[in-house]
This record gives sequence, C-alpha cells and structure tokens, in this order.
Amino acid sequence: MAQGSKLRHVVASGALRAVNALSRWSGRGSGTVAGGRVGLKIAPDLATVLTKDRTVVLVSGTNGKTTTTSMVATGWGGEVTTNQTGANMPAGHVAALVGGRSTNVALEVDEAWLAKTARTTDPRVIVLLNLSRDQLDRANEVRQMAERWRTMLTASTSPTLVVVANANDPLIVYAAETSARPLWCDVPTTWLADAVSCPKCTLAISHVGTSWHCSCGFAKPLAITTTLRDELVVDGEMVELELAMPGEFNRSNAAMALTALHAVHVELQGAATRINALQSVVGRFSVRRWRGHSLQLLLAKNPSGFASMLATLAPNEADVWVAINARIADGRDPSWLYDVPFELLRGHTVYCLGERRLDLATRLDYAQVAYEIVDDETSLPSSKATIALLANYTAFSDWLARSQA
Amino acid sequence: MCVLYPDLLGTYGDGGNGLVMAERARRRGIDVTLVEVGIGDAVPVANLYLMGGGEDGPQRLAADLLRLSIFGGAVRDGAHVVAVCAGLQILGETFCIEGNDQYEGLGMVAAVTTRGERRAVGELAVRVGTNLLVGFENHGGQTSLGGLAPLGTVTKGRGNDGRVDGYRTKNIWATYAHGPVLAMNPWLADEVLSSLIGTPLEPLHTAADLLYRERCRVLDS
Repeated sequence: MAQGSKLRHVVASGALRAVNALSRWSGRGSGTVAGGRVGLKIAPDLATVLTKDRTVVLVSGTNGKTTTTSMVATGWGGEVTTNQTGANMPAGHVAALVGGRSTNVALEVDEAWLAKTARTTDPRVIVLLNLSRDQLDRANEVRQMAERWRTMLTASTSPTLVVVANANDPLIVYAAETSARPLWCDVPTTWLADAVSCPKCTLAISHVGTSWHCSCGFAKPLAITTTLRDELVVDGEMVELELAMPGEFNRSNAAMALTALHAVHVELQGAATRINALQSVVGRFSVRRWRGHSLQLLLAKNPSGFASMLATLAPNEADVWVAINARIADGRDPSWLYDVPFELLRGHTVYCLGERRLDLATRLDYAQVAYEIVDDETSLPSSKATIALLANYTAFSDWLARSQA
Repeated sequence: MCVLYPDLLGTYGDGGNGLVMAERARRRGIDVTLVEVGIGDAVPVANLYLMGGGEDGPQRLAADLLRLSIFGGAVRDGAHVVAVCAGLQILGETFCIEGNDQYEGLGMVAAVTTRGERRAVGELAVRVGTNLLVGFENHGGQTSLGGLAPLGTVTKGRGNDGRVDGYRTKNIWATYAHGPVLAMNPWLADEVLSSLIGTPLEPLHTAADLLYRERCRVLDS
C-alpha cells in the first residue's frame, strides 16, 4: 500500500475516534455516527482497510437484525467487534470497526446498504433473515429489495462467501438462490403476506404444510438447519435451544445465528449455551420501572414484527400499552397499522400512546378492540402486574430513555 | 363489499378500506358481507369493490385477472369502486410497469399513467368540494385524465400531476392517497356508503373524527 494512502487511513481513524469522543463528552450523541462520517470523508475506503484480515459476519433483513447480530457476537465468545448501538449504516460500521479490536466482526446492516457493505467489507458470512413490508416511504417496495440482493449475490466473486438464508421466506430464497454457497435454514416464519405472489413469475405460491412451491418450479430449498420444537439441528448436529428471551421469532434468530457461527467454525454447543443466557438486547424484552409501573418493553416496528410480538402476549393480560410514532426512523407513513392483526387484542384494553396515538385508536376502533387515548401520561392507571408495552422504533427509544432498570 | 386481490394490491395497509366500509355500514344497522378475493378466486358480483396499491409485477397480474373476470360488467351495471394508487392506474387505458413499458389497463376510464420524473413519497392533501382529503402517497405514476373529472385539487403533495388528484365518475372514486384513506377520511367513506344505499346517513362519531381533525390541522397549514 502506498505511504500516502496508509497515512490517510491512520488520519481517518484518528479523526473518527476524536469526533466520537467529543460527541460523547459533550453529551450530544452516543458517539458513533458523527465520527464515522468524518472518517469516511477523509478515507472513503476506510471499511475495506479496517476489515482486512478480519472475519466478518453481516446480518440483514426486516426483523431481528439487532437481536441476531447480538446473538452472533455473544455466541462467538470472547471479544467480538460489533455495532451494538444499532448504527447499521456505513458510518456506524466504520465507527464500530475502529472502536473494537477483535478480528471477529459481527455487523448489523440496514437492508438498503447491504450490497455496498458487502462490497467494502469482504464478509465471510451474510445472514439474510426475512423480508417484509417496513418503512415503505423510505425503501419503497419490498420486491425491489429482494431483486437488489439477488443482483449483489449473483455478482459476488468471493471464493469464500457463505450466505445463511431463511428457506421459508420466498423473497429471501429468491435473493439468495444464485449465491455459490447458500446454507438454507428451515426456521419458523409466520409473516408471508409479502410473498403470496411468486417473486419469479407473480403467480400464486402454494403452501402445503411447512413446504411451499410455485407452478413455475420455484420452491423451498433443502435446508441444512432445521428446527423441531426445542431441538435445533445444524448440519447434522443437535443443539439444545432454551432461550431466556421470549418468542418463536427469537428461536428463528438463534438458529440462523448458530448456522452463521458454524460456518466460521465456532463450536456449536458452547455457542448455544452463551446465546441461551442472553436476557435482552439493547433494552428489548427488558422489564423497566416508570412512575411506579412495571413495564416490559417490546419493540414492534412493522406488521410482521407486531404480529410476532402480539402472539407472545398472555391471553389474560388485561391492559396493554402501545406507543406509535411516525418520525423518519419509523417511516413517516403509519398506514401499516392496518396490516397488523390488532384483532388479536380483543378482550384487552389498549392504552394508545405516542405521537400517532389517534391513528392507532382509529385502527383499534375498527378492529373492535377497547382502547383509551392517553393525552396525559400521568393519568395511566396503576397496576401491580407487569404491563406489556409495545412500541415502534423511536417510541421504543423514548420509553427506554425515560424508564429505569 | 369485495376487496380485490389483497395479495397483489395491498402494499400499504389498503385492506383497511374494506374494514372501514364494512364497520361503518354495520354500525348503522346495514347488513354487509365483506369478502376478499385471492389470486385463484372468481370475482363475485358485489355492490362495492375496493382496490389497493401494488408493485409492478403483481399490478400487471391483477389487471390480467380482472380483464378475464365479471368485474368490468359489474361496474358498468353500477357497482361502486374505490380505487387507490395501482388500482387507480389499472382502471385506466394504460399504465407503466418495469421501467417505461406501457401495459394495457382495463380501459374503463380515460386515465393514462406514465412514469413520473421522480417518485412521489409524502403527505397528500386534496380539496374535494368543501372537504379536505388527507393521506399519504407513495408512487411513481403521472396520470393524465383526458376529459375525466379529477377527484379534487391538490393542496399538498403530487397526486396525478401536482395539480389534481385521482378521478371521479358516477360510481368510481379514485385517489393516490393510499392505505387506509377511508379510515383517515370518514366523510369520504360515508359519501360512498350513502351513494350505495341511496339515502343520506346520520353522522357516526368514532375515533376517526379526532384523527381526521388532527390530520387536517397538520396538512392544511
């Protein structure tokens, strides 16, 4: 490498550290993205330099990115370089790569940035979890995303890249089927409303039991990883999954994280033990205190995530709090509330919180669910039991910030 | 009431419109059956058809399926239609898919949709007579109406072309305001319902009234 270029990368990394330290010291930010931007400005190829001789696992998909990345990092064992704060675009990636020293790297990647990130970081593994409608004002249409990923993997010339992909999501299979080394995972996937029509020919996909196929020949591929009740089998090896975190979707996330770790030769039993012990990931599923209330914070930011989360609620839970915003990070368009099966909440009383609580209340009204519009949060009735609080992205951050562990 | 191909035309919570129409009718004691027509199902005769937004491939398939169905005849016989986004485009002469390819629509109205220079993504507000229609648009279409009457005049966002939005015939209401446009605009839901039963309706007070007032305050400034 030329001397001038090397100096440039040293300066870029130094500047990135300095800006982030300043940002944290001044209390203006969590100190990841601002420094990353400065670093990339000085050396646009910073990610390439910083990932040289490191083993990189990238995780992307609509739901479960943060949790699965955390599972990969935890399951790997020892120190792992990772972007734990959810800063999942290039600036956040280079900040994490400068901040962590480990040669084992697990990065969460925003769907729209995956192709670019895969070009610049030479990953050993890409994990593709699922694709469904989310933030359509920003990402437009979900099929286009599958198409972009497919183009990325078709064009990849990496001799070692392994793609860990969900065999039950037709859009993911469409994206990953042209890769040279796919490892298909047969994991529970409940939301299929975005793949009713075949991504190849647009005809209807038939779902028979746990299998699916289209008359054009496009079909569920043979999986290397399978889940059956509590047992998980990865490449012929049985693994005990007893997750501390709730929900079937977390079992799917864990199965895919373990498959990725298997691909980088991490011993499976030890990895599973470490993943089983994970209690919460950046506040998700954690129980917090707020003004005498005990709240379990559940992140649900799109129809598929909401549907999975509603399924984890105990049927006798009387009160449920739901907080909805529509800021840029949430998607400015809350139309997706009509794709959430809120009818499942009949019998509960739902307290509507957040900036778009009237959109939520209208949705619940038409779903014949009892609701209260909460304009004054001090008026919320107290309860001895822990209340489930479902919130979308920025609403979740607000509640995490205002509550205590 | 029949929601047409939610599998293909339901990208933005558009199924909500069927739910809203059925609920507003039921709460006034009007007996309603709401059916969803899937890709393999025959289109039934209905009083009201609802069509949502969709992506290019599914939009083309929906147009082809409708062409072969009784839908055109039912609408000529007076069935009402609320068509949103891709639905609005399908009822017209031609629309644009996969780049700039023109695809034949159902030809039920004179609307012609080409690809706009930019995608229109954001809040949409449309003056319809004395009412304001509020919603959200997300589409790449530019629609010209020939002699067809628009639904209303755009006050925020793009709609068909930055000036007007949608179109209106005796029994068709079409708009680019996608998703639960009828949830956000209870007056429009009741206008369609009132036309269906042929008599004026008593007002129905729901959470939607509060939502509508709030969105008007935000968008009519």
